Amino acid sequence: MSEHGTEPAGEHVSQPGTPARLEGSDGIPERFTNPGLPPHVSRSADLDEKAAHRAERQVATLFSISMVATVIFLVAYFAIDQKTYQFIPGIGQASLSNIVLGVSLGVSLLCIGVGAVHWAKTLMPDAEVTEARHPQRSSDQARRDAVQTIAAGGTASQLGRRPLIKYTLGGALGLFAIPLVVQLAGSLGPLPKDDLSTTFWRKGMRLMRDPEMTPINVTDVTLGSVFHVLPEGIDKSPHVLEEKAKAAVILISLPAAVIKIPKERDWGHEGIVAYSKICTHVGCPVGLYEHRTHHLLCPCHQSTFDVTQDCAVIFGPAHRPLPQLKITVDAQGYLIAAAPFLEPVGPSFWERG
Amino acid sequence: MKALGSHRRHPAAIVILLLLGLIATGGLYSLLAPRAAQAAVATTDDMTAGRTLFLANCATCHGISGQGAKIGPSLVGVGAAAVDFQVGTGRMPLAGPGVQAPSSKQVMFTNQEIASMAAYVATLGPGPSIPESQYTNGDGNIAMGNELFKVNCAMCHNFAGSGGALTRGKYAPSLRNVTGNHIYEAMATGPQSMPVFNDQNLSPTDKNDIISYLHDLDKSKNPGGLSLGNLGPVSEGMFVWVFGLGLLVGAAVWLGSKAA
Repeated sequence: MSEHGTEPAGEHVSQPGTPARLEGSDGIPERFTNPGLPPHVSRSADLDEKAAHRAERQVATLFSISMVATVIFLVAYFAIDQKTYQFIPGIGQASLSNIVLGVSLGVSLLCIGVGAVHWAKTLMPDAEVTEARHPQRSSDQARRDAVQTIAAGGTASQLGRRPLIKYTLGGALGLFAIPLVVQLAGSLGPLPKDDLSTTFWRKGMRLMRDPEMTPINVTDVTLGSVFHVLPEGIDKSPHVLEEKAKAAVILISLPAAVIKIPKERDWGHEGIVAYSKICTHVGCPVGLYEHRTHHLLCPCHQSTFDVTQDCAVIFGPAHRPLPQLKITVDAQGYLIAAAPFLEPVGPSFWERG
Repeated sequence: MKALGSHRRHPAAIVILLLLGLIATGGLYSLLAPRAAQAAVATTDDMTAGRTLFLANCATCHGISGQGAKIGPSLVGVGAAAVDFQVGTGRMPLAGPGVQAPSSKQVMFTNQEIASMAAYVATLGPGPSIPESQYTNGDGNIAMGNELFKVNCAMCHNFAGSGGALTRGKYAPSLRNVTGNHIYEAMATGPQSMPVFNDQNLSPTDKNDIISYLHDLDKSKNPGGLSLGNLGPVSEGMFVWVFGLGLLVGAAVWLGSKAA
């Protein structure tokens, strides 16, 4: 510790009281010297035996509190009925068992930790120690020896003299790597094929209410209504959840006159339009429809789509409008899909671009 | 004063000043915020009474025959259910202009007066009527109600019925402790930003199932206590960022400090 507080030396050092300046070379030293460690300050527990005793008692008290809390936990675990509710200030009406178990276990572990840290800070040695780093390079002798050992092993195994062994061993080891790669690639599951680009919707499928799965008659859809829709037969599909995550549709009835895009009007039926409910940003269900402004809002990142403009994005991080499902009416007056979705629904993926 | 001034560079001064500012702003707002005007009303229980009440309290915005004006929408065809909902929840008469009418505990009219006005507005054009009590008493299928709620309502009104934000300051209100009648009427009439869920979309039985689910939510207890408004990741994340990280920062500072 003799280097503590080493005085920087040399004519480049500015005089005390002279502010260091950036412009010119006379304000700052050409090279900063290592100031070293600050002088070691002894703690009160190092100097005073009484203070050390006090610290010992404090640590012991913390550990004792931990023991008491653990006992409280054990007693409460068996003693308090889980259905007991109790008003606790700041928390409100809550299950007494939950609160007591959580607080007692938390206090128990916290006191062990706080006690250990307090012990380390007040009583364990805190003298600063400087250790030089060992050189990483081995000695020249050790390096020569290592090369010699490897070369000797190569000669003794006769690998150089017997090429048949060398090539067959190479072939065996090389081939053995293939099963490992095949298993890894094979366990990634079947290829997605066009799953990302297609949905359950097919031409002629009826629009069904979610979750009742009943068909929707065109007369049911009064102005200002919103229906949450799934394709007919999706509940019989072998992968219902995966299919629902792509095929969910929102059916909105708005005055035909407010629709600004002719394509939207043509793909709907007298102001009733159907759009994919899967956000083109990251695939949340877009369901917050304001029937006065005709805005459709995604709850996850506030992407807002204008239903009067073919669900164009008017706010938020989504990049593409929601895909529209072309609908029409069948002979019994039920709404059916006139075509499947003509573009992939939901967020972007590599091949989609 | 000099003693106070000497503390102005204290680290806590900025926090205290900020708190004082917030309290002053909040206090002033609660004192000066616009209040609903007290309307003097007569009480008779026939249709003409409803018309009289309408002319005295509603016609300024909605027009003398409820045909609507620049500042208020037409009431032709909104039905008795809309009047019972809007006036019965204290949304109407509107306290002041805003993006939407907030519900208020202060209902301006008696049930009798609301019934009279509803009866009058129902004569303006056919619309949803006040539901029968068998569809609003909340004794339906709670599990089915939960499923219907999640598909049709939860995206705006939140999984726990706590409400949520819409665009430009509009919001979906909380559905906690709302009467079955008012929940039913809101679905049937589509007040403000809410779309209509007519009886062909959600049948009266479906509506009663949803009411049953919401009433079950009102009754259910929270074993963890503090629900942080049941708002999901926003309030819970905020809590963890403020208190959890605050605690961790405090612990790190304590660990790094030397013992005296």
